[in-house]
Amino acid sequence: MGLSFLSTPPPGWEEGFLFDVYRGLIRGNGWVSLLEGLGITMQIALGAVVIGVALGFALSLMRISKSKILKGVAAVYLSVIRGTPVVLQLFIWWFVVFAATGTTRLWVAIIAFGINSAAYVCEIFRGGIMSVDKGQTEAGRSLGLSGIKTMMFVVLPQALKNALPSLGNEFIMLIKETSVVGFIALVDLMRAANLIMSGTFEPVVPLFSAGILYWIVITILTQLLTLLERRLRRSDNR
Amino acid sequence: MIIVENLTKDFNKQTILKGINEQIEDGERLVIIGPSGSGKSTFLRCLNLLEKPTGGKIFVDDVDITAKGVDINAVRLKMGMVFQHFNLFPHKTVLGNLTLAPVQTGLMKKPEATEVAMELLKRVGLADKAKSYPVQLSGGQKQRVAIARSLAMRPRMMLFDEPTSALDPEMVGEVLDVMRDLATEGMTMVVVTHEMHFARDVGSRILFMCDGAIAEQGTPDQVFTNPKCERLQQFLTSISF
Ligand SMILES: Nc1ncnc2c1ncn2[C@@H]1O[C@H](COP(=O)(O)OP(=O)(O)O)[C@@H](O)[C@H]1O
Ligand SMILES: [Mg+2]
Repeated sequence: MGLSFLSTPPPGWEEGFLFDVYRGLIRGNGWVSLLEGLGITMQIALGAVVIGVALGFALSLMRISKSKILKGVAAVYLSVIRGTPVVLQLFIWWFVVFAATGTTRLWVAIIAFGINSAAYVCEIFRGGIMSVDKGQTEAGRSLGLSGIKTMMFVVLPQALKNALPSLGNEFIMLIKETSVVGFIALVDLMRAANLIMSGTFEPVVPLFSAGILYWIVITILTQLLTLLERRLRRSDNR
Repeated sequence: MIIVENLTKDFNKQTILKGINEQIEDGERLVIIGPSGSGKSTFLRCLNLLEKPTGGKIFVDDVDITAKGVDINAVRLKMGMVFQHFNLFPHKTVLGNLTLAPVQTGLMKKPEATEVAMELLKRVGLADKAKSYPVQLSGGQKQRVAIARSLAMRPRMMLFDEPTSALDPEMVGEVLDVMRDLATEGMTMVVVTHEMHFARDVGSRILFMCDGAIAEQGTPDQVFTNPKCERLQQFLTSISF
């Protein structure tokens, strides 16, 4: 598909900036590879955020649990993940852990970023849980609810609501952070721009195109997030 | 009946309750007064184990609730607690606040819990607020809901920790009225309060706490008209009601 029937520049596009646009985005179907790259970027970010939320939630419960072992495991996890660069982690998953398993690059990236994100999500959830007033737990317990049921029905619903905006932010961060997956030869938006650039030796059009695409997606998400926050705040003082 | 034997409580190596002995009979309306920081809340919270006693024993109906392996939740089922700051669940409607615990503890099925809740809301004059959320209520209404929420568990005893201290003055009355009704019905009540008129009218016995100990106790008449200990005399003049 695409506009490859335009195998010669349209009239007036034979030189200058328009020619750069033509050869960067149209001649080799560059715009298609950019959009496909964006698709990969979003798949990684979405997959990672799902893993990150599930795992991060479990980690946050471990961190606030009474068990020294669970606490310790969570602490080591956080320390290792947050103490090393995400690209290094990505390499280790791809070149070491999953090297001989035949797992696709996409899945390895999703897992690597998901596991990385979980460490940050864990702290988001923990903050959300801590931000719920102690009196809520006391009320629940004094009514005869067990600790677990108080957590499930009293604390967590409030904690999740508190954490929602930060989780949205984490997703936005992930979209940007995944721009290093080109290192394991995944063609995400960043890498797609890079490939166009090395094909045409013209950096402006592909780089700015990628930049605009990132910006559009992130701006839309930020706007949605602001809306969500406003809705949540309104339900606070309904 | 509650029997408290030599109850002590330390916070960070500091002794807050210094050996309390007390017996609370069924149907009693015990009112605890005393200066702020004297350990009234801590004492009350020890009774339903929101604070874990450092030493001593507490028997509720002859069961030592400080013993190892006691089912704390079962003990708490018998005792409702009302807090100074209401502690309503903000994410639940008024009705949801009342039905959560009865349903989740298995005490009642949803329809029964709803019926009981509506009855209680009617009793505290808030049936029309069943579908509202706590933020939509005034302080006095919140506290009445909190009382109804505790009653929904059908407790045999109610603990009140300064239930009117966080309220605007004009809302104190409506909450005290609900508590008076409860007293009339014969509910066993332990009330920490600074409302001395209420203490005098409703209390069957008054405890004066000072520095983590019970400095004086007796009938309202004895305590208010004939205080013996000097600290109590000072306290009563200082709050001058
Ligand atoms: N959780 C706690 N940790 C440390 N100190 C506490 C705690 N709860 C109460 N205290 C201390 O115990 C003393 C008695 O407090 P409290 O029982 O709340 O008094 P009252 O209710 O009579 O005002 C105070 O000095 C208070 O600072
Ligand atoms: Mg107090």
